[in-house]
Formats: sequence, structure tokens, C-alpha cells
Amino acid sequence: MDKYKIVDHRFDAIVVGAGGAGLRATFGMASAGMSVGCITKVFPTRSHTVAAQGGINAALGNVVEDDWRSHFFDTVKGSDWLGDQDAIQYMTQQAIPAVIELENAGLPFSRTEEGKIYQRPFGGQYLADHKTIAHRTCAAADRTGHAMLHTLYQECLRHKANFFVEYVALDLLQGADGEVNGVMAYCLEDGSIHRFSAKAVVLATGGYGRAYQSTTNAHICTGDGQAMAARIGVPLQDMEMVQFHPTGIYPAGCLITEGARGEGGYLTNGDGERFMERYAPTAKDLASRDVVSRAETLEILEGRGCGPNKDHCMLHLEHLGADVLAEKLPGISETAMIFAGVDVTREPIPVLPTVHYNMGGIPTNFHGEVINHQNGEDKVVPGLFAIGECACVSVHGANRLGANSLLDIIVFGRAAALRLEQTLPDLKEPKLDPQASASAMERFDRVRTAKGNRKVAEIRAGMQSTMQNRCAVFRTAETLEAGVREMREVAALMPDLGISDHGMIFNTDLVEALELDNLLGVALATMDSANAREESRGAHARDDFPERDDDKWMKHSLAWVDNQVEGEVRLDYRPVKSAPLNDEVESVPPMKRVY
Amino acid sequence: MSTNKVVFEIYRYDPESDQPPSYDEFDVDLDNCGPMVLDGLLKIKDEQDGTLTLRRSCREGVCGSCAMNIGGTNTLACTQDIKSVARNGRLKITPLPHQEVVKDLVPDLTHFYAQYESIQPWMKSDTPPAEGRERLQSKEDREALDGHYECILCACCSTSCPSYWWNSDRFLGPAILLAAHRWIVDSRDEGEGDRLDQLEDPFRLYRCHTIMNCTSACPKGLNPAKAIADIKKRLVMRQL
Ligand SMILES: Cc1cc2nc3c(=O)[nH]c(=O)nc-3n(C[C@H](O)[C@H](O)[C@H](O)COP(=O)(O)OP(=O)(O)OC[C@H]3O[C@@H](n4cnc5c(N)ncnc54)[C@H](O)[C@@H]3O)c2cc1C
Ligand code: SF4
Ligand code: SF4
Ligand code: FES
Repeated sequence: MDKYKIVDHRFDAIVVGAGGAGLRATFGMASAGMSVGCITKVFPTRSHTVAAQGGINAALGNVVEDDWRSHFFDTVKGSDWLGDQDAIQYMTQQAIPAVIELENAGLPFSRTEEGKIYQRPFGGQYLADHKTIAHRTCAAADRTGHAMLHTLYQECLRHKANFFVEYVALDLLQGADGEVNGVMAYCLEDGSIHRFSAKAVVLATGGYGRAYQSTTNAHICTGDGQAMAARIGVPLQDMEMVQFHPTGIYPAGCLITEGARGEGGYLTNGDGERFMERYAPTAKDLASRDVVSRAETLEILEGRGCGPNKDHCMLHLEHLGADVLAEKLPGISETAMIFAGVDVTREPIPVLPTVHYNMGGIPTNFHGEVINHQNGEDKVVPGLFAIGECACVSVHGANRLGANSLLDIIVFGRAAALRLEQTLPDLKEPKLDPQASASAMERFDRVRTAKGNRKVAEIRAGMQSTMQNRCAVFRTAETLEAGVREMREVAALMPDLGISDHGMIFNTDLVEALELDNLLGVALATMDSANAREESRGAHARDDFPERDDDKWMKHSLAWVDNQVEGEVRLDYRPVKSAPLNDEVESVPPMKRVY
Repeated sequence: MSTNKVVFEIYRYDPESDQPPSYDEFDVDLDNCGPMVLDGLLKIKDEQDGTLTLRRSCREGVCGSCAMNIGGTNTLACTQDIKSVARNGRLKITPLPHQEVVKDLVPDLTHFYAQYESIQPWMKSDTPPAEGRERLQSKEDREALDGHYECILCACCSTSCPSYWWNSDRFLGPAILLAAHRWIVDSRDEGEGDRLDQLEDPFRLYRCHTIMNCTSACPKGLNPAKAIADIKKRLVMRQL
């Protein structure tokens, strides 16, 4: 493609993404003296991490005594035994120094009377007796993600990290032996094309909530990293595990944090009944997210929803009092007023289960190294890392605990930086393969000059409604098979895409088309993995297979998107790691999951 | 089309054409559109003109991407509802004022970000925290950070400040001064002296003439003017 002039850059490592995961990895490497460049499609503090509200888990024991082993147990149980216990040990044990590090860097945590980091209860988390509700979630009011993202960006500035802001990563580059050695990117501001070569690329591009119609996710959560990995033949893992958050505002979709229930909020149905008492007698409104979302959905399906259409539930905070709301939940008080016109000191907020988080993603080990699985064996893809929501380590398994993602992103952001510090000398010097960048540019050019009959918005709407209707809170063979078929019909429309902006500078029509192309691949993988899994586990609830089936299904799904337009997706499985890292904690054997 | 429509009058500029900037008009049917200005803009982009260019991300007022001038006021498109700003069925939308325009509603904020970095917005402290523990901070000391840390760097305030319009090459402007104040008032930070030294400058700080536009513009309800007044006060106090 001589049509595009290419600007070359060379770094030890390139991080794609400047959310919490990408920024933590970036300053980790910068502070270790590596040359690192961070590419991001939005200015760092506009990344989706900014929207996180409730907090970050660590067993600091600032409010009640706690132990990271209880956090470990809860995370394994929360994952419905699809999480890898080595990675879960690593994360829950590292949580404590990770949160302390953030505080030391200036994160404005709320405080206890003694001046320590304030910790609130969140869903599905208990003390060592597995009964008493833990206070494990460290919070900066209800703006923890915002406070954290700004702090991490500030640390990056302190370490003079190199940023490439408003650069859209297009595709990964590979060397002769399949090692990843760079990435192509499109600079929005002046329309130039850049080739970053590096010994390693760290993907930190976040989730793909925008595959669905109604989501708490930002517009930029479009699965770009997952799709880039898929295009070089990496499988996507556990994609069927899509978390629905029980309290998205009806109908806008904006989130009300689980911390609202942690502070004492509760849900009611159309009869004014606190229905969670029926579904989870012990934990009630603080049961795990999958449990609460299913309960709400059942209430609505059985005709006990609220409002004229009986299609939502109510979240009550008014009894908490204006002071608590102002101190602990100011952000959501504002959001509820703007998006639902509700004054939370007086009225309940209308809520609905809303797509929130992707447990699935690019498979990695607990160092963040990407794993491919061939002939029954795990193989590290040399030079490729994935961290944060785009990755599947897997610490969240089939259901993520609230406040474990902000933790995941900093723990594994740091882990990837540490790993690269060690392994950098062993990684190959990047040798440019002109063919690799040429094929990335072909895809770019094809989309940029697309002159078909269908707009981005049309194809995107088709995908979003298919995912929303066919792959939601409750699934059956019937809905999923229809979904598999319909997703293929939607993906097959891409050759008929037409975009109207053919310029180079800040072409957001083009960016949305590239994002759509990415979303279609991950949506196919999601639908197919869901259709194949014939059991109910965590977020994946099948009416036709209501029980968890450990003999057959305690394994990670892997989906290779071989040909997106033709709808060719290949599935395979790899075992769950049930052994922790070492004997500091005992493996938690599968048991019935009740709250 | 229903009577419930608003005409969006939108500033357009395409850097790749030789046309001067202009305004385009688009009809938006409110019965078929979300309530916010961002909903309207995205509907236009999806259905009428794919070349319309703007920044957006969170769509809930926390990322600061979609700041623009709506009906004469700088604010966030995603939290500003259409009905309360449209006048006689019309709504005029332009980029944040007095910034270079990259394209349509996208201003160039490079200089704004560089100014942010220039105040060294990170923790400065020589006293190491107790090994493996957080620094303690009383609830009252933590409260001093309220009204600061919530800033989303949207630049609504700075780009509404007349002093910033004319002196932005050297005057830091309200957003950045608020960020500086955030560290000055943090009980954990030990860099107050340095920070004040750096601000004590006829341009960086003292171009603020307390016009208060910044505070009325802030979509997050923050008060940069008050923070600036406090910086000035601290500079006076340390002379005494
Ligand atoms: C409303 C909301 C509230 C939440 N609250 C909590 C909470 O309280 N606690 C908790 O633990 N978790 C919470 N979560 C989940 C958590 O916020 C996310 O999982 C986490 O922030 C993801 O971080 P990340 O670094 O992986 O990705 P993101 O923060 O999404 O960052 C992705 C980055 O990748 C960049 N990028 C993407 N594609 C490209 C590309 N093609 N080229 C260049 N750059 C690219 C983006 O610019 C961005 O910088 C919440 C999520 C939502 C939606
Ligand atoms: S108070 Fe100062 S900073 Fe704010 S608008 Fe006025 S001159 Fe600008
Ligand atoms: S102070 Fe307010 S207006 Fe100014 S940048 Fe921050 S959030 Fe935006
Ligand atoms: S889109 Fe994030 S503030 Fe408007």
C-alpha cells in the first residue's frame, strides 16, 4: 500500500490502551527504564476506567478484620469455579500492596474515622466464616475509577511516559516465527499512519459492551484488542460470560454502583416487595451480580415489574438519608437526577439488568502473556501480552465480583511490566516484515473507501439487537441457535458497508466502521461459545440446562474467528486451573453456590 | 415529521477541503431521539450525515470528551438535555470557543494538556509512608479535596474565561489552576512551597481577574475561581 505514507517508531514495548491497565503497565515499564510508548484512541483520562464507581477490593481490614484468603475464596466462588485459582491467588494476595501503592501515589480515597482508606461492603464478599459480610471495597466516594485513572495518569506524567493520544491501533504485526513485533495505528489529528515496532505489544483495550444495545459501557468499548488478537489466530476465551449489572438506570443504561446496595440500598418489585429476600435469604440484595440480575429478570417475566409496562425494578436509597448520600454516593445521586429525573433522597431509581462487563477475552497466564492453545497444549504467543478487561486471565471465571476489575487491571498491569522487565532481553529484535503492515493497511483502506449501501449504524443496530435478544440474561437452545444464525447474517453484511467520510483527518465515520468490524468478530465468538455451553454457570444461565455440570463443563471455552464475513468460528476447550500458586492457600473445590 | 422537532445548527469545518467554516442545519425529531444533545448529535451522525465529527465516550458526564458550546454555553453534550436549551425550536452548537478547531466540533486541546503537565500534577512528598501502609488522612483533611478531584478536564471553564482567550499561551487558566490547588490542599503533599513558587508569576496565575465565568461554566459544579482566590491568598500569607 504505497498510497499511505508510514511514520516509523521503535520502542522496547508498546502498550495499546490508556485505561487503568494500560497506564499501570506503562509507568511500570517507564520506571524500570524501558522505552515504552502508550497508544490510545482517547486522551488517557477519558478511558472507560473513569466511569468505575464503587471501588476496588483488597483485604486491608480497615473496617473489620479481613484476610486475603477470604477474598480468594469469594472470588473462586463468585467465578462459579471457572476462574483459574493460581491467578486468583496472585490477584487477591497482591491486592493489598497494589491499593496501598495507589494511595501512596495520591489517590483521594475516602477515609475512616482513624484516617485509613474507607472500605464498604460489596456483593458476594464475606469474612472467613463465609457468612459475615466483609467490608473489602476501597472507595473514593462513588468515583473510584475516576480518582484511580487520574492518579495513574499523573504517575505516568511523573515518569515521563511517551503517549500517542488519539491514535487508533489497527492491527498487530508479526515476525517470521509468529512473534508479535509491533502494531499499526492511525493518528486522528493529522490523518497519518504509524508503524510501531517493538519487542512486545501489550493489549489493554478494555471490554466490548457496545456489542449490545443497552450497556453501561462507554461508546469506545468496542473489543478492538480482542479482535486484533483474533485476527492473528489467537482464540478468545469464555466469551459467553457477559455480566449483566442489576442496576443500570432504566432506560438510559447508565450505571448505579453496587456500592449503593453496599451502603444499604435495596430493590423492590411492582408489589413493593423486597424480592431478593426470596432468592438469596442470607445475602439478600448483596448476592452476587448474576444472582440478582436473574432474580430481577424473573420478577419482570412473572409480571411483577414496575411502571406501566412492568418492565423494570426499583432501587431504594431514600432511607439512607441526605448526609450519607452526599458523602458516599454523590456521583450516582447526580446521575440519577440527570438521567432518570429522580431525587434519590425522596424517590427510588428505576433499574434494569444491563450489560456491564466481559469476563471473557484474550487468554493469558498470570504474567499477562497471551496463550494460544494447539493440539491440547498451551503455548505462549511470543511478544504478545493482554491485560485488563480485554484479557481473560482468568480471575473472574463465569461471574466477576464487583470491585474486582479495578483490582485486576492494576495487578496485572503491574505483572506484565514486571514480566517484561525480566524477559525483554530474551525477546527477539523486531524485524520489519513489509507484508505484515501491508495487510493491515489493506483492511484499513478497504474500510476507508467502502462504498456499499449499508451505513455503520444500520449494521451495528442489527448486531446489537441480535445480541440483546438472543444472548441475554436467560438463554435457551432456541434463542441461541437463532442468535448464531442471525449473527452470521449481520456479519455477512460487511462487504456491503458504505461510509460517507473518505477523508483522513479525524475520520470518526471510519473509526466507527473499524470498531464495528471488531465488534462483529467478538460478537460471533460470544454467541457461538454461548450456544455450545450446555449448562448454567455464573452469568451463563440456560433455561434448558439449569444446573452447573462440572464433569462436562468445568473448562474454558476457546473460540477462533477464522473468517468473520463467512461466519467461520472454531471452538475448543482448555482445562480450568484448580491449583493455587503455592500452599499459602488451599484450593477451593467446587461446591453448590448459594448466597 | 412531528411538530416536536428541533433544528440543530452545527458548526462545520473540514480541514481537508478549501471551504471556509460554515453552519449546517439538521432536523431532529425529539419523539424518536434520546433526551440529551449528544443523543441528537449521534442520531444526526447515524442517519443524516456520517461526516459530522465530535468526541464522545462515556455518555454520562464523567470522561469530559464531549465538551462543546451549546446554545451559547460551554457544557457537556451528554448531560445537557435538548428541551431546556433549544430556543424557538432551534439549537446552535459550536466547538469550545477560542481553540484551534481540528474538524467540526473537535477542538485542539494539546496546549491545555501540556499546561496540565506543567504544574506537575503528582504527589510530592519526601516523607515515606509507613512501610506497606497508606498515609493517614483525617476525614476533614480528605474533605479539602472535594471540589477538586472530581474535575474531568473537559476545558469548559478555561475556554469560557476571557483572560484565557487572550493569554492562553501563558495564563494557565482555571482548570489547570484548580488542579494545582488540588495538590496544594492535599494534607499528604509536601510540595506546597514549590507549587506556589511556580505559580507566582504575572501570567501563569495573575491573569485571573475574578470574572467568575469559569465557575458558572463548570458542568460538574466545581468552583475554580474560589481555588484561584485561595492560591492568591496563600501567596499573600507567605509574604507576611
Ligand atoms: C459504569 C461502570 C462502572 C464500573 N465500576 C467498577 C467498580 O466500581 N469496580 C471495579 O472493579 N470495576 C468496575 N467496572 C469495571 C471496570 O471499570 C473496567 O472493567 C475497567 O476499568 C477496564 O479497564 P481497562 O484498563 O481494561 O480498559 P479501559 O479503561 O476500557 O481502557 C481501554 C483503553 O484502550 C484504549 N483503546 C481501545 N481500543 C483502542 C484502539 N483500537 N487503539 C488505541 N487505543 C485503544 C482506549 O482509548 C482506552 O484508553 C465498572 C465498569 C463500568 C462500565
Ligand atoms: S475567575 Fe479567573 S479564571 Fe475564572 S473566568 Fe474569571 S478570570 Fe478566568
Ligand atoms: S473545573 Fe469543571 S469545567 Fe473546568 S475542566 Fe474541570 S470539570 Fe471541566
Ligand atoms: S461523553 Fe463523557 S462527558 Fe460526555
